[in-house]
Amino acid sequence: MMRNRLRFYAGKMAFYLLLCLMALVTLLPFLWMLSSSFKGSEAIRTIPIRWIPEHPTLEGYQRVFHMQGFSFAQASFNSLFLAVMCTAVQVLSAAMAAFVFTKMPFKGSGKLFSLYLATMMIPGTVTMVPNYIILRVLGLLDTYTGLILPSLANAFGVFLMRQSMMTLSDSYLESALLDGASLYRVFFTIVLPMVAPTLATMILLAFMGSWNSYLWPLIVLTSTEKQTLQVVLGNMNGMYKNNEHVLMAGAVLTILPVLVVYLLSQRKVDAGIALGGLK
Amino acid sequence: MYLPKSTGRRTATAVFLAPSLIGLVVFCLVPMISSLVFSFLNYDLLAGSMDFIGLKNFTRILTGSEFPKVLSHTFTYLGLYLPLILITSVAEALVLNHAFKGRGFFRGVFYTPVITSWVAAAVVWTWVLSGKYGLLNQLLQTVGITGPSWLNSQQWAMPGVVIAAIWKDTGYYALMVLAALKSIDPAYYEAASIDGAGSVRKFFGITLPLLSPTLFLLIVINVIYGLQVFDSVLIMTDGGPGGATTVFLERIYKYAFKQYKMGMASAYSWILFIMIFVMTTVQFWLQKKWVNYDA
Repeated sequence: MMRNRLRFYAGKMAFYLLLCLMALVTLLPFLWMLSSSFKGSEAIRTIPIRWIPEHPTLEGYQRVFHMQGFSFAQASFNSLFLAVMCTAVQVLSAAMAAFVFTKMPFKGSGKLFSLYLATMMIPGTVTMVPNYIILRVLGLLDTYTGLILPSLANAFGVFLMRQSMMTLSDSYLESALLDGASLYRVFFTIVLPMVAPTLATMILLAFMGSWNSYLWPLIVLTSTEKQTLQVVLGNMNGMYKNNEHVLMAGAVLTILPVLVVYLLSQRKVDAGIALGGLK
Repeated sequence: MYLPKSTGRRTATAVFLAPSLIGLVVFCLVPMISSLVFSFLNYDLLAGSMDFIGLKNFTRILTGSEFPKVLSHTFTYLGLYLPLILITSVAEALVLNHAFKGRGFFRGVFYTPVITSWVAAAVVWTWVLSGKYGLLNQLLQTVGITGPSWLNSQQWAMPGVVIAAIWKDTGYYALMVLAALKSIDPAYYEAASIDGAGSVRKFFGITLPLLSPTLFLLIVINVIYGLQVFDSVLIMTDGGPGGATTVFLERIYKYAFKQYKMGMASAYSWILFIMIFVMTTVQFWLQKKWVNYDA
């Protein structure tokens, strides 16, 4: 009896040890980032590591906001604006298309939906160069419109919304139509609120995806005043090689908004992972 | 759904479908075809020239001295990344599968690297992997190991990128494995316990075979993503040092947007696409040999 108990507790100890070790490995780079960001330029390179800065300073953060050539504040605003716009475009266009596929099928709509599914196999790697050239032809390079427009091509979003709208019963929508409501009104005031949980998850995933995206903004937006936070931070990495406190301050400020959004909505995000949405 | 005649069904269908359909055609289908066309052209965006050269882009890439290096770097990345990500994500999922206090908290902790942008993660990891003062080498020093100057070393730059990628991705795949673990019928374990099986035997005899469909999916997805590794490489090493970490998407990016050779870039992207397609098909073909769909 005693031995069994001992074994039980030993097992539990080993488990918690492993758990804490994993959490520590995950968190250490973040703590290192945070600690470095509050150090002065002489204090970042120390052996051994000083986790708590001896003379904490906001120098890194001040320098981030007073860079020569780029404005971090402007880049933050650009990122926020573009993330909101891309999210709105992605989610709304997907929901509208899904509404047609589930509730207003027409001749050939099944085949069209299969085509949507097939496009999910086309990698962005292949479409990247032609998309750039299409924007060039349309005169939309280095514009926000050009950056946002490709968000319309969102077959995966249509697929997710369709899954969710299939569960809505027709009778509710039919009675609203018989009462004289237009299809647009039915869509915006009945269908969208009824799929609110999926909508919320999709909005979240789309927002985090747009905020974090790098390659497309890097290619499309060339004027410094239009660039996003990720592109500016990426450029800083080369320019501030020996000023890691400035880089870490920039990284903290880039991660923070998404982290806050995630912590406020962990459940929704977890639901999104179950849908296979975030990567 | 029944629609009264007066509802303007045709117009509404067009209005609802247009944004998404136009987007799909203009930014997905047309580009797919034009990319194939470009790959047969000597298409220089700066000079504005566009000449048909047949398969020359492809032969130039495939017979050049650069391509074997790109292949070898990409497969080094995959060869290190795949086994490691399988081990770490299964381990993390096994831990999370226990019932314990504060599980939501730990799940959140494990997921923070996933929601972090690759740019921020790469900036932080460049500093973590820094030669003398970096976090990793200082930790290694405490156990008596003198670490390499990771990203500045031709030999260690790619392993450095892989370490960062494992840190970033484990939380994501662990949740996928966790979902699969939760769907395993506990009756299997009870029966095994009655037969006197220990936890190690249970893991290899029950858990692992029943996880095989998920592990298969994980490998397929990661081969697809791994062949297209980009953000981390561009920021952490920019293909260097001395071209030691050049990979497919990095090459495509450089050809297209540094040299404006759109034909070369398109041909490169088609070679990549064909490789992805072949490797995925081969895996689906091989899965019969090891994936267990019985449960």
